[in-house]
Amino acid sequence: MLAMELTINGKPTTVDGPPDMPLLWALRDLVGLTGTKFGCGTSLCGACTVHIDGAPTRSCSVTLSAVAGKSVTTIEGLASGGTDHAVQQAWTELNVPQCGYCQAGQVMSAAALINRNANPTDADIDAAMQGNLCRCGTYVRIRAAVKRAAEIRRGVSA
Amino acid sequence: MSSSTLSRREFLWVGAALGGGLLVQVACRGGAKAESPPSDAKTAPPNIFIRIAPDDTVHVTIPKSEMGQGVRTALALFVAEELDADWSKVRPEAAAFDPQLGSQGTGGSGSVLDTHSRLRVAGATMRQMLVVAAAQQLGVPASELTTKDSCVYHTASNRSLGYGALADAAAKVPVPTNVRLRKPTEWRLLGRDGIKALDVPDIVHGRAKYGIDTRRDGMLFASVERATIFGATVKSFDPSDALKVPGVKEVVEVKGDRELGVHAGVAVIATNTWAAMQGRKALKVTWDPGPHAQEGSASYTAFMRDAVSKPGKELVNRIGDPDEVLAKATDVIRADYELPFIAHATMEPQNCTAQFSNGMMELWSPTQFPDWAHDAVADHLKLDKSKVKVNVTPLMGGAFGRRINPDFSVEAAMIAKAVNGAPVQVVWTRADDLRHDFYRQCAIHRLEATLGPDGNPVAMRHRFSSPAIDASTGKRGKFGAGESDGIGNHVYRVPNRSSEYTLLDSGVPRGWWRAVNTTHGTFALESFIDELADKAGKDPYEYRMALIDRWVVDQPQDSKDFPFNPARYKATLKLAAEKAGWGKPLPAGHALGIAQNVPDHLTYAAEVVEASVTNGKVNVHRVVVAVDCGRVFNPDGARSQLEGGVVQALSAALGEEITIEGGAVVQGGFETYRLLRIGGAPARIEIHWATNDDVPVTGLGEPAVPPFFPALANAVARATGKRPRSLPIRV
Ligand code: FES
Ligand code: FES
Repeated sequence: MLAMELTINGKPTTVDGPPDMPLLWALRDLVGLTGTKFGCGTSLCGACTVHIDGAPTRSCSVTLSAVAGKSVTTIEGLASGGTDHAVQQAWTELNVPQCGYCQAGQVMSAAALINRNANPTDADIDAAMQGNLCRCGTYVRIRAAVKRAAEIRRGVSA
Repeated sequence: MSSSTLSRREFLWVGAALGGGLLVQVACRGGAKAESPPSDAKTAPPNIFIRIAPDDTVHVTIPKSEMGQGVRTALALFVAEELDADWSKVRPEAAAFDPQLGSQGTGGSGSVLDTHSRLRVAGATMRQMLVVAAAQQLGVPASELTTKDSCVYHTASNRSLGYGALADAAAKVPVPTNVRLRKPTEWRLLGRDGIKALDVPDIVHGRAKYGIDTRRDGMLFASVERATIFGATVKSFDPSDALKVPGVKEVVEVKGDRELGVHAGVAVIATNTWAAMQGRKALKVTWDPGPHAQEGSASYTAFMRDAVSKPGKELVNRIGDPDEVLAKATDVIRADYELPFIAHATMEPQNCTAQFSNGMMELWSPTQFPDWAHDAVADHLKLDKSKVKVNVTPLMGGAFGRRINPDFSVEAAMIAKAVNGAPVQVVWTRADDLRHDFYRQCAIHRLEATLGPDGNPVAMRHRFSSPAIDASTGKRGKFGAGESDGIGNHVYRVPNRSSEYTLLDSGVPRGWWRAVNTTHGTFALESFIDELADKAGKDPYEYRMALIDRWVVDQPQDSKDFPFNPARYKATLKLAAEKAGWGKPLPAGHALGIAQNVPDHLTYAAEVVEASVTNGKVNVHRVVVAVDCGRVFNPDGARSQLEGGVVQALSAALGEEITIEGGAVVQGGFETYRLLRIGGAPARIEIHWATNDDVPVTGLGEPAVPPFFPALANAVARATGKRPRSLPIRV
């Protein structure tokens, strides 16, 4: 057991846990943030995607010790200052989720894409989102919603 | 029944809610009976609860499982429409399973069908009581009042009152015996596009609670090392290294039960999920391999190929004498279609939380059938039924039929009983989930036919073999009728035809995968119809239109339970062809394939797929789906279901296959069980409704799935000249 200092959703946080515990389980079982989902534990589904210092990362495959001193954003912390991220707005507008289980990861991957690419094409979207599985089959809506999120960012109204 | 009146006494209870507000309780039972009120209210207690709270929110408690099909939104919409509620203030709530409430099973695409008229009456009753309460408070006649978005308005005096403020008073108003329901032309929510699904805000903020998100004070987490060989048992195990892992509390054995699909195993219980998984890795277990250890996909395939090459053990149906006609025919068209086991692979792996304390077993289970989970837990653990409580978790991360079986609930209850006291959450890994599913069964279908001078089939013989779903527990009997859904009985005119079945014995658990047997039967039938059209030199769309006749064998025509209407069937097919531009020129290398479902899910669906093959890869460009499901109440939610069905079928058609070796599943992760990723999704999926407002409403969860497989295969065959006769398609 080790006390790790990191920032989670903007708050300095101390996590007491084994250094080799994946961030996913630390978030879910130790910190109590269950929005980040377990889907495979092997970097193949993207359900556990969070941002570490802004970069989309599979939290199932990064250890607690590796994030010491870093800044982690989870789905719970994506909306800042009471305003939803453009991706959250677009997802709601287009009713993207079905069961929703994969969607925390989808939203985090899409948000990271939008943050660096103001006008993604279908090919950009497919490349950025290829690691996020959706068993319910929401892919066609995801493509539309990422484009809509980019529009929202550019100030285009519905 | 758009503007009819129904008496409230038969299925509604109205009163004050505990903690304030107006509460209406509704008795809504499944199936066709929902339309005919129970004669004695006492025998049918309420199972849906609608509460208007003082803060204006409307809470709808629905005894149906939400697994992504939008049932909570769909059902709450009926209440909100008649209540004239502000949709943004409607909150769905999950119901605990209560044996009093009757069946709460969710499956077979039937939820909207089951419940809608009573929910509308409930909403209208509440609205009328709120109006009467407002009339009393404002001192004006009720006839001068209107409602909108959870407010009662008196336009003449420019006054209004919110529903929340009126709710307590409304609870004391005499209950109206008759209410008028709105006409479809008056609807503000029903039938409108762009209705926001109720759970989406929680989902995109990470607040939505799935089974795996259940949290209880002092809870523990378990990971179970299960027998990978089906039917294997634990010979011995050594927990000592596992117990040394920090956080591990206890190690207990789990006894298997074939009937329930519970696997033998050893559970490691710890203070968090990761510690439980680490402890599990340190376990030493010796297994007794059991009776199925020699089974494998190769031996199954050999058995089924042999079975379809001779008369089946069971005759499913026969008209005329196809054997005689085929024996005399000079030209017999024959094709074998082969399908593998496939897994549900829900994104949320199976899990369940259970607590046994003071003789009471309580579960928090992401289950589609809490009734079954409840009874199975009580029976298996020899607990009185009153000592078992099953809470259905608010959401579940996909189900597709996997969460019907009670195995994960019973397993968690067994572990909780051994732990005795603390709540325990059993979390399955992805490998556990893929290796311990109830799989869509493998199958081989042989079809043989001969054509008459007009090119239409004169005889058609169907011989098939599979490990039947209902024989999963080792039960003996006849299984061909159920297994042949989607093909054994179809609507094409063939004067001499038969269907024969031979059961494959297998230790692999089989279950209900979205659209069930039609996923394999319809693939074979609708592929073969295309092959016959080719042989006859006819257009496959025209060929179908000319052959659609009636539901011939063993089924009542146009019965209430199983209506079949050839005109609706043809209209749906025609709509798909028209919208897809059937017969029009396409980009080079692209081809269209068409297929329809048997009307097994009561909804009619036809699909046209536009595909091409480049560099050994199948590309799906566009999918057109035409659907006749009666009136569509929530078009956006309905489209979501159909889009999902198409993508899930595409995933299975191109990449999914479970293989068995040494009595165990080979695939233990997404690197080998290959689900479709976004890059493989069609550019466009178009949904078209065959407008039909005068027929019963039917479900949408399943009907898009079965026709997709043959529509894609037919497109690939046309694009390449080579017909795929087995799934997944390899080009
Ligand atoms: S759980 Fe991390 S990628 Fe699947
Ligand atoms: S919405 Fe269910 S897995 Fe994506």
